Amino acid sequence: MSLEAVQTDAEGYLANRDDWSQELAMKLAKEFNVELGDEHWKVLNAARAIETESGSSPGLRKISKRADTPIKAIYTLFPDGPAKLIAKIAGIPKPKSCL
Amino acid sequence: MTDSGTPKKRSLSVICSKGSFDMAYPGLILANAARMAGVDARLFFTFWGLDIVNKKKIDHLHLSLVGNPSSPLPTMIAGLPGVEALATAQMRKEMERLDIPPVREFIEMLDDAGADLYGCQMALDMFKLTKDDLVPQVKEILTAMDFMDMSEGAQIVFI
Repeated sequence: MSLEAVQTDAEGYLANRDDWSQELAMKLAKEFNVELGDEHWKVLNAARAIETESGSSPGLRKISKRADTPIKAIYTLFPDGPAKLIAKIAGIPKPKSCL
Repeated sequence: MTDSGTPKKRSLSVICSKGSFDMAYPGLILANAARMAGVDARLFFTFWGLDIVNKKKIDHLHLSLVGNPSSPLPTMIAGLPGVEALATAQMRKEMERLDIPPVREFIEMLDDAGADLYGCQMALDMFKLTKDDLVPQVKEILTAMDFMDMSEGAQIVFI
């Protein structure tokens, strides 16, 4: 699916989670100037897994634990608002957690 | 917007002036939320707020029940020896259940997240403390005026 065809909510989070694919994630990441590598995927997959299991979009603390990636590293991987960036690229809603 | 027309980056300045267990968290949580959302964040610890970053006190902050109208206990009972400690222990347990980190870990998390922590010069002098008495995440000791200068254009929250 192309970036133009994909629907997002008013804040830029994916409107239909079925639209998400790895290719789309790569395109979305590029829009945010993030080049996805293995470490990024570890974080994105963790976020998606938590959201699928709990039905609630996670904050960084949960993602950090699940992905076994320190908070500091997450800020390097996704600079400038990692919680929002991860949710947008992973195709999950805006995080509901403050941590 | 700046004069050149480029959007100015948002930033948040949090002034932490209280050192009780329950009043330590709001400032830390707000600063953390700001960093998670890509907003620059800095914290200024002043007066009793210094306890939050005081090496000796950081792990022993207490709830304030007396004089707190939101406290579930009548003031007379809240003031009895040991009641505050008991209530604090209970709140710590509840926070652990919700996976809210203890204050020391929270301060480390904020530092990792790129928030800047500062101590207040006047408050340090008043309590006869030095920078060495504070946790290493505190970057610098500033005057209130220094903090105001670096907060230009920021949203300021006083707690």
